[in-house]
Amino acid sequence: MDCDQNPVALGAYLDDELHASEAAALREHIGGCPKCATEIAELVRIKRGFRAVGPRFAPSPEFRRRVEQQISYPSRRFWRLQLIPAAVFAAAVLLVVIASALFLHRPNDFAEIADLHVNALASANPVDVVSTDRHTVKPWFQGRIPFSFNVPEFAGTEFTLLGGRVIYFHQRPGAQLIVAVRQHKISVLIFQAGPELDRSFAFPEGVGHHNTFSIDTWQSQGLRYFVIGDADPSAIGKLSTTFKAANP
Amino acid sequence: MDPEFFEAAAMPLFDQLYNFAHWLTGNRSDAEDLVQETYAKALKGFRSFQEGTNLRAWMYRILRNSFLTSRTGLGAHNVSPLDDEMDITALAAHSLTPEFLVLQQEGKQTVRDALACLPLNYREVILLCEIEEMQYKEIAEVLGVPIGTVMSRLARARKMLRELLTAKPTEKVSKWTVIKTPSH
Repeated sequence: MDCDQNPVALGAYLDDELHASEAAALREHIGGCPKCATEIAELVRIKRGFRAVGPRFAPSPEFRRRVEQQISYPSRRFWRLQLIPAAVFAAAVLLVVIASALFLHRPNDFAEIADLHVNALASANPVDVVSTDRHTVKPWFQGRIPFSFNVPEFAGTEFTLLGGRVIYFHQRPGAQLIVAVRQHKISVLIFQAGPELDRSFAFPEGVGHHNTFSIDTWQSQGLRYFVIGDADPSAIGKLSTTFKAANP
Repeated sequence: MDPEFFEAAAMPLFDQLYNFAHWLTGNRSDAEDLVQETYAKALKGFRSFQEGTNLRAWMYRILRNSFLTSRTGLGAHNVSPLDDEMDITALAAHSLTPEFLVLQQEGKQTVRDALACLPLNYREVILLCEIEEMQYKEIAEVLGVPIGTVMSRLARARKMLRELLTAKPTEKVSKWTVIKTPSH
């Protein structure tokens, strides 16, 4: 009952993996070989056993969704496309916040400067040191403010020095000089320069306007100057120039 | 290939890949991890996928290789004999695992239980053939072995299953006890 048939071929025959000629030859052999016929019957039994294995394992719908989401091209593109405008929007919001912190701050600070000017004029004693002499006014500030500045010579100009007082701005002491030009009074305010003042008043040189006041500001030698008044801008500008010349 | 078409091409294989993964790992959670890893890797490598070649075999191959490198897979791999030249008649002893003996003693043998006892390289080949109904050529592609090896492994796998399914529990245990004793 010896048979040299390769058992591997029997499985291939069952799996329909033999060439037509090989299959035909094997079929003929099985017909005449009880051993191979038994083998084939056993293999068929196993093959049928797999049909009885039961239902296939099925993935859960949630798991399918999870993988779909993970690999979905439109969703990946969606996120990319969504992220760009979102990032742009976030950047824009940030810019607006920074800009408003810088620029919206400025009118308030200008308003405070204007208030200091108006307060002085509304006061019964607009100045604490009454003098038209710059050599009187400048020494008066010594020991009252932590810095020193030069008062320009007004003799022979349209400006008249009325006097000075100590003021406070952002909790810093400063000097306020009142200068008259014709019937108008102009304040010159001088403070120590600091980062927050620089931020608040970082704008191009020249006379600006706030509530019909003309205002000029600049920084020199660590001091921040403001010239503010209801005189026409050219007078403000001229007074600024004389202060700039006296404090190069 | 363009990743844009990956979902359309690969999702139809989802159910069968999951089924195969579940058979390999033996539980839902590991199967899900394996399938997820397979899809992530396939998506990453989809550009290098050669158009016109068998996507299914490619995906199965990724899944199978991922399984082999996973902890579960490494464990399963270690207990499987890798010698393809092994004599078929000597196979019964190799399929002897403690959990199989327990199953035998309980006498509740089914194809599913028997399959679980097969070493990985026999289990996977018979799963691909009988459960996934792949042709030898495709199986060879998935496993990265010649068709001849697929055929011989299949024959061995069937032989082992046959042994597992036919022997009466008492016979089997005593027979294997005899086989096992000398190795102690």
